[in-house]
Amino acid sequence: MTEKTVLNDTHRALGARMVDFGGWDMPINYGSQIEEHHVVRRDAGMFDVSHMTVIDLHGARTREFLRHLLANSVDKLKVHGKALYSCMLNEQGGVIDDLIVYFLGEEFFRLVVNAATRAKDLEWIEKQAKAFGVEVKERPDFAMIAVQGPNARAKVIGLLAEVDHERIGKLGKFAAAAAQGPHGMPLFVARTGYTGEDGFEIIVPQEHAVALWQALAAAGVAPAGLGARDTLRLEAGMNLYGQDMDDAVSPWEANLGWTITLDEGRDFIGRKVLEAQKAAGVKRVMVGLVLDEKGVLRHGQPVLTANGVGEILSGSFAPTLNKAVAFARIPAGEPGDVRVDIRGKEVPVRVVKYPFVRDGKPCEGI
Amino acid sequence: MSEIPGDLKFLKSHEWARVEDDGLVRVGISDHAQGQLGDLVYVELPEIGASVQAGHGVAVVESVKAASDIYSPVSGEIVAVNENLNDKPETINEDAFGEGWIFLVRASDRGELNELLDADAYAELVENEDH
Repeated sequence: MTEKTVLNDTHRALGARMVDFGGWDMPINYGSQIEEHHVVRRDAGMFDVSHMTVIDLHGARTREFLRHLLANSVDKLKVHGKALYSCMLNEQGGVIDDLIVYFLGEEFFRLVVNAATRAKDLEWIEKQAKAFGVEVKERPDFAMIAVQGPNARAKVIGLLAEVDHERIGKLGKFAAAAAQGPHGMPLFVARTGYTGEDGFEIIVPQEHAVALWQALAAAGVAPAGLGARDTLRLEAGMNLYGQDMDDAVSPWEANLGWTITLDEGRDFIGRKVLEAQKAAGVKRVMVGLVLDEKGVLRHGQPVLTANGVGEILSGSFAPTLNKAVAFARIPAGEPGDVRVDIRGKEVPVRVVKYPFVRDGKPCEGI
Repeated sequence: MSEIPGDLKFLKSHEWARVEDDGLVRVGISDHAQGQLGDLVYVELPEIGASVQAGHGVAVVESVKAASDIYSPVSGEIVAVNENLNDKPETINEDAFGEGWIFLVRASDRGELNELLDADAYAELVENEDH
């Protein structure tokens, strides 16, 4: 059965084109995906991301539990409201999911995990939490709206209670705080996102979500569909779970080595395998590809290198660059002249470092 | 929903065919199809002179989202392609039944056109798809 967010009717009233998105009926666009992409890069757009799962963890040993559960170290979280991006691994070092964890108190941490992985995430987390006596509480009572773009923060702050303006205005990157929205609605405002632009992801009680969406629209924030979210995050060099990594891929092979903390004395799930992989060197690496010819790179297309065949992970036309880019996983080592097999035709591509776009502009060499 | 020109014939896979005054068959995709695909960013055109078979893939249109094969409604020879789409694939989004045509075929058997849907039957197909 397809699930619906509390904003479903709002999307339909706006004429959104709806698609099945990991079991959720979500807007892919409201007309033009490309225009929605550009409005986020140039001004401010908003995405309904209420399909994502909010999980609250409570208990005296919550930090200890997260030290065990996550490949990144929650000990980096020292200040109330601070957030951390991490992978959650299985015993084989494969990625169960990538997530954000917020520090809201020594006995209270909040996780935001992907929509499509909700059931397996919850099962895994509950199983692991038992030994630590941590309470795992899903929060389906929350909706979530991401407001992204160079003007996103200013437009959101303008809607907050006067008393919150300065404090939320000073909120650092990857940090969150409570604030009061229109009509006093309680908001959890996080300076995070998935577009490469500045902005907020706002968690709001479901009953206020429509009013918040409408207030944002009135403040000049354009509705954007999940189609634009996908091209934005690809340009920004951010991984998508299920496409760029999964249970059979290690963070080393997904360019997520930066999220692994091999701090002394911390025995997190998957650590032994990760250490062995680090010592031995991984056989596959993730790279960025740029197609200078006409055409579009797509998930699953074979990538031909001097060391063997790899494959395209996320691939799409990139509206900011006006050409196709992709992530690919290819055999390690000097790749030589790299080509992609597009419907039986070998097309040359350039291997590049990503992100492809930063602060709304193409990165050097892209 | 947009108007469907009455002089067109359709494949169930949303290609349209129009018989021009000189007997050549012009082919494109329907307005409904471009709406479903979203912003088009690339069109892989067939080669002029290529022979094509009815119901076989001869071109590819790519939107931001996905690639879709375009089937020829009739057998014959490709006599022209819409080169304008190389630089402006979005022309299909803007004018699917007109400037956004994709290729022109010299049909070897125009009787094949009788197998296609007429505008009313196609409208019904689209209507049912929407529900």
